[in-house]
Amino acid sequence: MTIADVLLLCLGAVATGAALLVVTTRHLVRAGLWLVVALGALAGCYLVLTAELIAWVQVLIYVGAVVVLLLFAMMLTRAPIGPSEDLDRTRWPGALVGSGVGGGLAALLIHAYRWSQVETPEAGTAERIGTEIFRAWVLPFEVLSVLLLAALVGAIVISRPDIGAGHQGRTTSHGDRRPIGINSDNGAGGEETPAAHRSDHPDRDGGEP
Amino acid sequence: MDGYLGGYASLGLLLIAAALLFVVAFGANRLLSPRNPSGAKTTTYECGIDPVPGDWAQAQIRYYVFAYLYVLFAVESVFLFPWAMVFDRPGFGVVTLVEMGVFIAVLALGLLYAWRKGVLRWT
Repeated sequence: MTIADVLLLCLGAVATGAALLVVTTRHLVRAGLWLVVALGALAGCYLVLTAELIAWVQVLIYVGAVVVLLLFAMMLTRAPIGPSEDLDRTRWPGALVGSGVGGGLAALLIHAYRWSQVETPEAGTAERIGTEIFRAWVLPFEVLSVLLLAALVGAIVISRPDIGAGHQGRTTSHGDRRPIGINSDNGAGGEETPAAHRSDHPDRDGGEP
Repeated sequence: MDGYLGGYASLGLLLIAAALLFVVAFGANRLLSPRNPSGAKTTTYECGIDPVPGDWAQAQIRYYVFAYLYVLFAVESVFLFPWAMVFDRPGFGVVTLVEMGVFIAVLALGLLYAWRKGVLRWT
């Protein structure tokens, strides 16, 4: 066993263990933080497999942006600090699907490769990936921009019901406009909102309706 | 310390040294400093005002769009790295420049949409 094998095994064990903790912990916020560990260990696996750019993209996009988005989505809900005992925990369907998919994929991979030795390829640098994208995969790259645009427009329309179809005129008159069912005095991370919105809630009330 | 993994081994050693420095600094602080906690001292500091009960502030959904815009432009910037490595190489040139221009222009449409809809206004 080479150093790369040992590193890959260790990082794989960390990633699997953290992923198990993501789905078994009763604390929703801790699940998000365990996801950071799992995705970071996966980035380490990419690094050992010489896919440098992918590894750092994994850190930037998944560990950075996607986990931030997940935690942000959690902050929009009522109060997931502390254990959530009322989570839906019918375990057997999840265990069935998870073990089925995992076992199936493992069987497929073992059958396909047996114990054949594969040399690690030339390092996957930004230059090699750029050559591939802009020589062979230009159309998917451009379609990706349309996909991102569609996702952004969808996120805006869903998250702001007050600017949906037929309400365009109200976007400029923001007198008492506030999203339904959400207290308007609690900003993200203790951020101050203008005094006009705080007048009827002088204190932070912990998000209780 | 050469080869592909060797370069990252140096980085790993640097990280271990940094972690050790952190542990030593905080461990020394813990060992050497006098500790005399009281109820008032362990209260969460909130600009000198007694904290109001409840440690969880529910975020406004309108801030979610800013987080989402961050994800979007992080994805865009990721594609700028490989592009910046190859666009002046022989065989790429103006066509590659235009391709990236189209990519950024389509994403800029999203920013324009958000701006026109007033989502970026800090109400």
